[in-house]
Amino acid sequence: MVALADDAPAANRSESAPGANRDRLMRIAVPAAMLALTLLAWEAYVRLNGVPPYILPAPSLVAATLVKDWATLWPALLVTLQITFSALILALVGGSALAILLVQSRWVELALYPYAVILQVTPIVAIAPLILVYVPSTQGAIMICAFLVAFFPILSNMVQGLKSVDHNLLNLYDLYGASRWQQLRMLKLPAALPYFMAGLKIGGGLSLIAAVVAEFAAGSAGAGSGLAFRLLESQYRMNIPRLFAALVLLSATGVAIFAFTSLVSWLSLRRWHESALSREN
Amino acid sequence: MSAPAATSLPPGAARPVVSLRGVSKRFSNGTLALSSMSMDIRRGEFVSLLGPSGCGKSTALRIVAGLGQPSEGTVDWPASRIGRNGRPDADIGFVFQEPTLMPWKPVFDNAFLPLRLKGVSKAQARDTVMAALETVGLEDFARAYPRELSGGMRMRVSIARALVTEPKLLLMDEPFGALDEITRQKLNDDVLRLWHEKGLTVVFVTHSVFEAAYLSSRIAVMGARPGRVVSDMALASPAGRERDAGFRSSDAYGELCRHVSQALAGAMYAPRGAEAA
Ligand SMILES: Nc1ncnc2c1ncn2[C@@H]1O[C@H](COP(=O)(O)OP(=O)(O)OP(=O)(O)O)[C@@H](O)[C@H]1O
Ligand SMILES: [Mg+2]
Repeated sequence: MVALADDAPAANRSESAPGANRDRLMRIAVPAAMLALTLLAWEAYVRLNGVPPYILPAPSLVAATLVKDWATLWPALLVTLQITFSALILALVGGSALAILLVQSRWVELALYPYAVILQVTPIVAIAPLILVYVPSTQGAIMICAFLVAFFPILSNMVQGLKSVDHNLLNLYDLYGASRWQQLRMLKLPAALPYFMAGLKIGGGLSLIAAVVAEFAAGSAGAGSGLAFRLLESQYRMNIPRLFAALVLLSATGVAIFAFTSLVSWLSLRRWHESALSREN
Repeated sequence: MSAPAATSLPPGAARPVVSLRGVSKRFSNGTLALSSMSMDIRRGEFVSLLGPSGCGKSTALRIVAGLGQPSEGTVDWPASRIGRNGRPDADIGFVFQEPTLMPWKPVFDNAFLPLRLKGVSKAQARDTVMAALETVGLEDFARAYPRELSGGMRMRVSIARALVTEPKLLLMDEPFGALDEITRQKLNDDVLRLWHEKGLTVVFVTHSVFEAAYLSSRIAVMGARPGRVVSDMALASPAGRERDAGFRSSDAYGELCRHVSQALAGAMYAPRGAEAA
């Protein structure tokens, strides 16, 4: 990983460069080869044993279905993506804002924290039907479910982050007469950034999961058009290749969200946080 | 006790900058770190707090800086007005025992912090900050991040940060403990020069007898458990020493070190106070 500062003095990089290049190549080649091998074994197993497509479709059939049913799957994917990302963004904004509020005063924290915990420990599938009743638009209801699930890890990470500022740095800010606002903006928020990023990674994954689970609940209530609904629909119709195609899209979305949040995290922490730096001794 | 180089106090030094009266500090876990410590720090003094590890030097220094309230006793600032936030308006510079840098900011921004908090713009502050970094020999590392520096370099950034506001009272907690002998001697001389030229008041925590003897116009030897001042020695003014290359090898310095050593040994084996009773 490109962890070294470009202006680091006396960087002696040339010696290790070939080794580093090979390392990078292996890092891509090994998992790719492994994936190809798995798909090949799967394809061979299905063909050699003549497994019917409604039990287990071959990867090639899944790929063909993906192309054939694109007109149905693509809008569904868009809906799921929209729900996931609006839930995630709301959770990021709401979670961070509430965390900032909570650490401002012990009283606020004492008063509000129980609600956050209750919301978190109650299984979301159990509230989903209720939300579906209260909120007229199904998509709105699914979005709220996904938001509630992603919200808590972001909140608790942020609270932890805002509280774990080095006490001597706090002393230093006090000493120089920093205002609360300066302390928050210049000290607490940057110090909490690694925790925020951890919350972002967890929240990103969870909001997709919650969007799917909530849509299952909504789908059984008879409305919906996201990927989860298409998945259920394919199951009712025994269209297993399409079910797999929908599944592939969901996994790909999950992987993309993970890669994206990891990248954001790495970009923002690479200069200073231990988690984003390679160890050089 | 007959100090070989004891002098009378300089004139105009009667009014203390800070005055500790019967200050005790008990931490929430029950540790009694300081026990009725009384001490006046007068303007223009270079006071060293000398004592064994764990005797409460850092605690005392933090209380002087107004960081953390004493459990008993009072800290007065007879020469300063008390600002709206309940702190004296005396300009204080503080060097913590650890570097205490913001890891997400490069060296320049870390040293710039005190000025930034005062509302000075980066362009206005540039020269001052660079001059402070130059004093500690880090002008080439302004853009490096703290984790790219060695332990001693980080400590020097922290010293530069304390200097940028040109404080009148400089509180330093073992600032040179992590440095090599040469750099330490250079920075000792730099601090002495600043003290002398700018008329600073310095409170300097150390457990090095040699450092205390070299720098101080007064040494307060502290004893442990509970922490208190066991012996308070006024010495000859160290002004001008930094220009005298021969002083470190002079007999006068050797005699001074011996004297301070004895006082420290006396403090360490002194009968215990409250606990022993
Ligand atoms: N936050 C704290 N909570 C509880 N006890 C503390 C705390 N800080 C310091 N102490 C205790 O107070 C005593 C004095 O600590 P202090 O840090 O002032 O020592 P020191 O003289 O600066 O030592 P050193 O030279 O090793 O830095 C020690 O016994 C320590 O265990
Ligand atoms: Mg200490």
